[in-house]
Amino acid sequence: MNYLPKSLAVGFVLATFAASSVFAAGTHPVTGEALADDQTFTYSLLDEFTTADPQMVEDVSGSYFVRDLFEGLMNQDADGNLIPGVATGYTTNDAKDVYTFTLRDNARWSDGNPVTAHDFVYSWRRLADPATASPYSWFADIMALENVGAVMSGESSPEALGIRALDNHTLEVRLTASLPYFAAMTTHASTFPSPQWTVRTFGDNWTKPGNIVGNGAYVLTEHIPNETATRERNTMYWNNDATIIDKVVTLVINDENTDFTRWEAGETDKGAIPSGQYPRLKAEYPDEAISFPRLCTYYMTFNLSPSGPEAFKDVRVRQALSYALDRSVVTDKVLQGGQIQAFTFTPGATAGFEVPAVAFGQMSQDERNAKAKELMAAAGYGPDNPLKFEYMYNTSEGHKKIAIAAQQMWKETLGAEATLANQEWKTFLKTRGGQNFDVARGGWCGDYNEASTFLDLMTTPSGYNDGKFSNAEVDELMTSARTMSDATSNYTRVEEIMANEMPIIPVYHYTGVFMLRSNLKGWPFNNVEQNVYSRDLYKVAD
Amino acid sequence: MLNYIIKRIGIAIPTLLILIAVTFYLMHAAPGGPFTSEKPLPPQVLANIEAKYGLDQPIWRQMTTYLWGILTEFDFGPSYKYHSRTVNEIIGQGFPITLKYGFWSFVVAISVGISLGAIAAIRKNTWVDYFAVGVSIGAQVLPNFVMAPLLIIVFTLWLGWLPGGGWHGGDWEYLVMPVIALSTSYMASIARITRSSMLEVLNANYIRTARAKGLPTKTIFFRHVFKPSLLPVISYLGPAFVGLITGSVLIDIFFSTGGMGYFFVNAAFNRDYAVMMGITILVGALTILFSLIVDLLYAWIDPKIRY
Repeated sequence: MNYLPKSLAVGFVLATFAASSVFAAGTHPVTGEALADDQTFTYSLLDEFTTADPQMVEDVSGSYFVRDLFEGLMNQDADGNLIPGVATGYTTNDAKDVYTFTLRDNARWSDGNPVTAHDFVYSWRRLADPATASPYSWFADIMALENVGAVMSGESSPEALGIRALDNHTLEVRLTASLPYFAAMTTHASTFPSPQWTVRTFGDNWTKPGNIVGNGAYVLTEHIPNETATRERNTMYWNNDATIIDKVVTLVINDENTDFTRWEAGETDKGAIPSGQYPRLKAEYPDEAISFPRLCTYYMTFNLSPSGPEAFKDVRVRQALSYALDRSVVTDKVLQGGQIQAFTFTPGATAGFEVPAVAFGQMSQDERNAKAKELMAAAGYGPDNPLKFEYMYNTSEGHKKIAIAAQQMWKETLGAEATLANQEWKTFLKTRGGQNFDVARGGWCGDYNEASTFLDLMTTPSGYNDGKFSNAEVDELMTSARTMSDATSNYTRVEEIMANEMPIIPVYHYTGVFMLRSNLKGWPFNNVEQNVYSRDLYKVAD
Repeated sequence: MLNYIIKRIGIAIPTLLILIAVTFYLMHAAPGGPFTSEKPLPPQVLANIEAKYGLDQPIWRQMTTYLWGILTEFDFGPSYKYHSRTVNEIIGQGFPITLKYGFWSFVVAISVGISLGAIAAIRKNTWVDYFAVGVSIGAQVLPNFVMAPLLIIVFTLWLGWLPGGGWHGGDWEYLVMPVIALSTSYMASIARITRSSMLEVLNANYIRTARAKGLPTKTIFFRHVFKPSLLPVISYLGPAFVGLITGSVLIDIFFSTGGMGYFFVNAAFNRDYAVMMGITILVGALTILFSLIVDLLYAWIDPKIRY
């Protein structure tokens, strides 16, 4: 038994007391608001999260768990800015292909072990290792880590990966390309550390409550799949004193109407808004029905591949169909969730990029309709020779409503006859990926907050370019953008080319809509990627 | 009787094998796979994953490996979607839940359904009959996807008596609404079948004879009417019981019960092959088992039936 010097012991007790009780019925240290006694945050999930394993996670809800249970090198603040996480900072060379992170010395795992640079080395190797078979191992690839290709294909051992620990608190990463935004990529869940000893001991079961060890602000204490999961304050977390929410509970509710009813009944703090209900709920709960811009775009893509319809090879036809689509009908009549009409692929909410005011976006809908009729006639289509094509979407009530609206507008304005077809999700992906469509629905959410996460899709080699649009200038602009310190002019030019060439019809930019209890504060609405950290939230007293 | 049972089990094994083979083939014939996603995986990543799960093998090879795993280790494979969970765990977690609310729904459906049907038959063409028939038709036409949200609105939102969903190990307050929503349409069918079959029996010659003999109505009903009129009900109950205990996706969706029905449907959408297969085998085996039990019950009720 060790004896602490008395003064130290008293100090320790007081510090513990202060740390644990200062918020319980106290005030917020920054804003001074009175805090509620019960700091439990309960929210609904539409679907069970897939896993809490940082290297295996691929879904949005799972990533939120990972952000709470683990901590990466860097974090984001409420506005999406980069702030220190396990790393207190980093340095890079002029070429921006070697990054050196300095790790804080007070970071601990929930079992008390220190968090070291070796933990990151282990985890990043684990991400790329073919034996892990992570569905997100491609993230290691886009991070351009040295030898990542050889490691992923099994030609080199994971030890060859361009990451090493210079000492316990210094991590060096070597890249094959110059990536000015590399540090921002370390906020992604795939790059978070996993505890090697726990993974070894429990294998695939290591993320289960009781087994799991994390270095985040919370630990997973209960998980009943498809029903509920609870994460509670990790007292070992280095910044535990600043955490206010004690407990985070998720309830899986597969139906959004029930989800809303249960929010209304007071069972959850954050719940769903059933589609089309936003205006009504906004009137009823002005402070609690929330709508804010997301980094996502809903669009329709023309099949421009050789297997695509001949008609769409004519740019006038593509423009006419795009012009004739009244976006305001979709946003204000169909969706009614505060969505933003889209005339560019990149959403206006994207950081560091002023989306250009493309010409057709500046016209009134009447002008656009008139122009669309002209273009269609010039392309040789008219009442006796109507354009016929099929519009394909993945089966969903929401997509169906938009498809019907578009069909009507094309019919009324242009006399074009669109037939509608829908397929179940995975079948749809195969169909679209195999270019077996005329026009298909698309939706894209940015992987990171920069315009290239959208515009890269329009380049010839992109694996996600299902319409097979190919434009040498776009390819050139996007390639050179990668190494430019400010690529805004390139992105602007790409958007202008797209507004002329119209390979896709941008329809609207998504908004996040949900019900949020008005006493829950700190939700990062300005973080367009919606990287939420529960430890930044708090509940104020009623 | 024993011979008959052995023979039925003998037929069950090839039936299950055919079920497995057909399902396996159909499952793989559906476009896309467990790892198809909007952001397609690079070929190298996909190859690594497929190698890990053996999906790079020919179909027959995958099927034999799968069957071998079941026979030797009772291992139904891993879930491709929920990385840290096996099919055994998923079924082990979901099936008891489904079994519990399914069983209670069955009990409620039988007891209420048979009573309602019997009362209606005995008091034929009186207000009691009309009321019972009205209730059962109402219950039949109100689908559970309408019933479930209505129950939640009434009992959770308005009255605040019951939690809106969840399971909590199957506490009674979490059980009430799923059982009501699930049992009503079964209850209605049972009531209607009971009523019509009982009416038929009541008009039979031997009942007239019994009355003529001067037997008390009570004796006639319980000794001579009740048992024979249950025959058609029992043939309905076998499949109904399997349907109830293998889960209702709607109940799982609306009440967040975490039962097997939702896993089953989701597995199909996610192409989570092993989960789909595991639940199919379970449902198949239960269907075979309960149709055997129903046949045996027949022999017990109707002395004319011999195996």
